[in-house]
Amino acid sequence: MQRFPEGKQKSALIRALHITQEENGGWLSIAAMDHLAEVLGITPIEVYEVATFYTMYNLAPVGKYVLEFCHTGPCAIEGAERIVAYTQQKLGIKTGETTADGFFTIKEVECLGACGYAPMMQVGEFFHEHLTEAKIDQFIEDCRAGKIDKGTWKMH
Amino acid sequence: MGRKLLLEHAHVEGINTYEVYRKHGGYRAVEKALKTMAPEDVVEEVKKSGLRGRGGAGFPTGMKWSFIAKPEGVPRYLLCNADESEPGTFKDRYLMEKIPHLLIEGMILSSFALGANTSYIYIRGEYSWVVFILEKAIKEAYANGWLGKNILGTGFDLDLHVTPGAGAYICGEETALIESLEGKRGNPRVKPPFPAVKGLWQSPTVVNNVETIAAVVPIVNDGGDEYAKIGIGKSTGTKLISASGNINKPGVYEIELGVPVEEFIYSDEWCGGIKNGKRIKACVPGGSSVPILPHFLITKTANGEQRLMTYESLSDGGFASGSMLGSGGFIVYDEDQCIVRNTWNFSRFYHHESCGQCSPCREGTGWMEKVLWRLENGQGKLSDIDLLSDVAKKIEGNTICPLGDAAAWPVSAAIRHFREEFEWHINEPKACMERNYGLVKEPLATV
Ligand SMILES: Cc1cc2nc3c(=O)[nH]c(=O)nc-3n(C[C@H](O)[C@H](O)[C@H](O)COP(=O)(O)O)c2cc1C
Ligand code: SF4
Ligand code: FES
Repeated sequence: MQRFPEGKQKSALIRALHITQEENGGWLSIAAMDHLAEVLGITPIEVYEVATFYTMYNLAPVGKYVLEFCHTGPCAIEGAERIVAYTQQKLGIKTGETTADGFFTIKEVECLGACGYAPMMQVGEFFHEHLTEAKIDQFIEDCRAGKIDKGTWKMH
Repeated sequence: MGRKLLLEHAHVEGINTYEVYRKHGGYRAVEKALKTMAPEDVVEEVKKSGLRGRGGAGFPTGMKWSFIAKPEGVPRYLLCNADESEPGTFKDRYLMEKIPHLLIEGMILSSFALGANTSYIYIRGEYSWVVFILEKAIKEAYANGWLGKNILGTGFDLDLHVTPGAGAYICGEETALIESLEGKRGNPRVKPPFPAVKGLWQSPTVVNNVETIAAVVPIVNDGGDEYAKIGIGKSTGTKLISASGNINKPGVYEIELGVPVEEFIYSDEWCGGIKNGKRIKACVPGGSSVPILPHFLITKTANGEQRLMTYESLSDGGFASGSMLGSGGFIVYDEDQCIVRNTWNFSRFYHHESCGQCSPCREGTGWMEKVLWRLENGQGKLSDIDLLSDVAKKIEGNTICPLGDAAAWPVSAAIRHFREEFEWHINEPKACMERNYGLVKEPLATV
């Protein structure tokens, strides 16, 4: 909050929502947003307005691993649609759904700035690039085995 | 080999740290500017360099800077646009990830030139690890006296912060970016007033792309005249190109403006030719918003001249037979790619990203998506093609921000150059459904 001048605390909202979402198990509940509004000294509607505008905020519970597949042009021509269809089939869920065990959610998102390394998905902070069916298999296995850390970035 | 001004040291081990960056000449430009130049001198060098905005529009940076209002007692702001969401563009991320201090050094120089004492880097939220990289580098810069109060004892103060977004292409538009920075929805503002007069918190503000700001470093180091010697005509200096699609060597390349497009695509120094020995079908040279070009207009203009990687040459022929350099998001399509499907894909993108303030954009992008999906699924009518052109024309120029145009141009261009392929989708619905994309096709659920 010290990043912004006196009286401009509202500017902290977007980052504060990211932190709230992280602490709230990956999504924004009404209670969590109301609490944030109180902390920032703004009205709840100002928080909802922003939370509903940006795609990174989840307004319903999500799985432990949210698989965000890019499906935009450059990824699409390198096979993104095939990879998404494969993952949907493998996990038995559609885009926007979560597996019954609460492990995986599939999301389709727009270009993530990794078009040269297509097809790709983001999970937590990681970009997973040049995806293949085999890589998806391995990834899902690793998640189930608890080997995937969502929050630390490794250069590749 | 071309000259590299930005990525020269990108492959040096540890260049993301302060020590290594400094050892390779880092922060020399700040010393030079703050100790021996007045802010106007820096603006003058940037003017002389001919540098044009690298975010997409290509507006001369020095001129943009000279427009900033300077009312007494009102703070001015410099905002770095690191939203990078234009499909096909991934150059800014590369620069920030590899050489974060280059951007910070550019921010110090540009803030000094504009008289800004607080500056922000607005970065798309998905690049969360880059936020981490930048914040670490900023901390190092503070610790070594390049940021904070009374930098180098010159009396110049600067605070620099990173602020992440949260997923919205529209926040790359400069007034939407300002709204978002103020903690609101990213709805573009009606102009005027322009940000140079009333921007962030109603103060004079300049928004520049990451690459634009980084380019100020070599300009101050070597002088604007030296920078202007690179390139051709009004396309001076070097440009980062992010190459993607069906090519052998996708990636981020720094080129001297003026490289022939043919060389860029086929030389092993850059794209390395088309993958799997296929032929090129089309190319979108400057990010998803610019017109697509068919194979016979990519390496040569309609007049048969060699097409070059410059602002002028890529737009030669206007929209009838040319395109734009745009953000440098260079997407290549091989002979197997479906133009209708790609156009539908981009329309879906713009529909999804429209902020919804203007009805031509909100409704028009939805219509285009719907009609294109119908065509792609063999359910189109011949009249749909003209309907699409018509909707695109009605959006163009009738909206608050250029997203409307950006949504319309790719559709108009695809129809202009690939009408036969659209007709084939209508005349051969069965064949078009049988084409193998490895997909289960579903009808469009809702629009
Ligand atoms: C819908 C839309 C999205 C944009 N996205 C970006 C972006 O991601 N990055 C960027 O630098 N400029 C983007 N721009 C251009 C900016 O509005 C602005 O022109 C640019 O940041 C100015 O910087 P420059 O003069 O250094 O290029 C976008 C424009 C529009 C209309
Ligand atoms: S053109 Fe589209 S994105 Fe831009 S302000 Fe209008 S509705 Fe919003
Ligand atoms: S299109 Fe998928 S990352 Fe850009």
